[in-house]
Amino acid sequence: MSERIREKLNILADAAKYDVSCSSSGGTRKNDNKGLGDSHASGICHTYTEDGRCVSLLKILLTNHCIFDCAYCVSRKSNDIERAAFSVEEVVSLTMNFYRRNYIEGLFLSSGIFKNADFTMERLLRVVKKLRLEERFNGYIHLKTIPGASDDLIREAGMYADRMSINLEMPTEQGLKLLAPDKSHNDVIKPLGMVQNHIIQFKEERKLIKKVPKFVPAGQSTQMVIGATPETDKEIMHTADTFYKNFSLKRVYYSGYIPISNDNRLPILGTQPPLIRENRLYQTDWLMRFYGFNVNELLNDANPHLDIDIDPKLSWALRNLQHFPVDINVAPYQLILRIPGIGLGSAKKIVEARKFGKLRIDQLKKIGVAYNRARHFIKCADTPYQLKDYQGTQIKSFILAESKSKYLKNDFNQISLF
Amino acid sequence: MVIYRIDGSLEGILCAVFEWFERKPGKIKLIDKKNYQPDAFSDTLEIFNDTKKADRVWKGLQKKLDKIWLRRCYCCFLSEQNEALNNLFEFICYVFSSPEGSTSNYGNTYVLAVAKMARKVEREKHRMEAFIRFQHSADGIFYCGIEPDFNVLPLILNHFQKRYADQRWIIYDLKRHYGLYYNLDLVEEIRMEISEERNLNKPSANRDSEKESLYSILWKDYFKSTNITSRKNTKLHLQHVPKRYWKYLTEKQLGS
Repeated sequence: MSERIREKLNILADAAKYDVSCSSSGGTRKNDNKGLGDSHASGICHTYTEDGRCVSLLKILLTNHCIFDCAYCVSRKSNDIERAAFSVEEVVSLTMNFYRRNYIEGLFLSSGIFKNADFTMERLLRVVKKLRLEERFNGYIHLKTIPGASDDLIREAGMYADRMSINLEMPTEQGLKLLAPDKSHNDVIKPLGMVQNHIIQFKEERKLIKKVPKFVPAGQSTQMVIGATPETDKEIMHTADTFYKNFSLKRVYYSGYIPISNDNRLPILGTQPPLIRENRLYQTDWLMRFYGFNVNELLNDANPHLDIDIDPKLSWALRNLQHFPVDINVAPYQLILRIPGIGLGSAKKIVEARKFGKLRIDQLKKIGVAYNRARHFIKCADTPYQLKDYQGTQIKSFILAESKSKYLKNDFNQISLF
Repeated sequence: MVIYRIDGSLEGILCAVFEWFERKPGKIKLIDKKNYQPDAFSDTLEIFNDTKKADRVWKGLQKKLDKIWLRRCYCCFLSEQNEALNNLFEFICYVFSSPEGSTSNYGNTYVLAVAKMARKVEREKHRMEAFIRFQHSADGIFYCGIEPDFNVLPLILNHFQKRYADQRWIIYDLKRHYGLYYNLDLVEEIRMEISEERNLNKPSANRDSEKESLYSILWKDYFKSTNITSRKNTKLHLQHVPKRYWKYLTEKQLGS
């Protein structure tokens, strides 16, 4: 008995690991039924895998049987792998027992599609209902929406889940058509729009009647596979931007493609996953969401690709030296945010602290500014007088010379020509 | 310079503040009794705890500081670091002798020091919320022993009480020799015999329920299966899960 459950867990966790979403934040679910669990808005990562990714949810597939044959997916029909399926009870008991031992924040449940979309979605729904209603579970639940499932099933699932997501898979329609001829972005857009409408509708109703249940309180997210198809960074981030705007998504995840099969449409086996590129895309995403950058400022026809050797904020600053140097002691918050080497935390502290007197270099350092980087772009109370105006390329070489890139080692791997 | 000898309690620090404002001796240094060594060149003043004085200082602080800063002060105290206690003392004195809003002066050494120390303590608190691994025993209680760098039990109490409302549990600080026990109703402080403490994290035949070993194996399996080998990044892994916590993490125990 225990051998079979181990086997299933190995197969179905292995198949689910390419879904990068791991967030357990954004929703609060109070333990007011004397049950198990209580979710915070902040979320908790309970451990980290050896590849450095956060583990906060039990991330599994209900089954890896699938009727589809998408080239980028491990569980595709034509792939010769071991198949397994959990029963509803097994998923529920794993979740409860892991949660009781404080291993996890909750459940991330996805599934291959067996029989048809509704049949699969109905099973997922049974898992969440059992957890919430019978087991009084108040932990986090992230449910994968099955494309093509009926509105009623999706709507009902949304009453019990904290977050729902559905993957865009490839950043553009052409890319998707190439690898998964049966799928289209429309299959994603429809349920995303549906869930979004329900979220808005439930919120409106809650304003009038307090008892209306929460619907997908932690919002929706999506994921794109990066580097399997030849899209530019500009295409990727513009797609992300559009989806953020149209569907008020909480997150877009970027997953560097890891070759899993010999398919001549895809990078060959053994190719390193594009880790730096993935990282730069996340940095860009952050700049868009928290730093007030417009996607066009970072990526446009003149700059369709992000720099690999420097981060997108520095790269923007070097292209726009006319905005600098910024005087730390008078500049508005929004402008301070745009200085390389200054993050959200230090920007806030600077704006608070300067009310008490002009800030000096040593104070900036203590506040947490990466001064070696920022000094090329700022003026403060005791900035030394400088005769020469440096060019962007010169500043870049100064910064590169004194910083040790954590990617330097990987760099060689990735650029290697054969 | 004068040395103020305190007993290491929050009350002691507050009384030290009271004494300082009464005497205004200039620069002083707080030293916990435990770490005190007589110094030929400076005078020492023994600070006796006096609840009335401490209360007066705390009430004064409540008027000067918002909730966030009061919590930061408390966290800074829980760090149990001598330097942090001194920074906390200087910070409190600074707040009392400055006008409203002085806490947003991040250019001030003590404001920054207290904020930073509080952050470290909060991070440890967060890590304990993440890294605690309960073991279900045959007597029906979920056990866990920990050795946090800072004294964070008072900070995590609320979290675990709310979260595990339907199971009995014990979280025990092996470094400071006290723990929390939740009996389905409320949380109480407990102390164990040293011999009992030693058994806390060892799986033993009579302690372990049979299911327990199955779930710890399943968790280890899961931890392995969810890793993507081609993305291995040991540096990042260690940054997130520092080695000193490994001995309490189920997924880091050897064997399957």
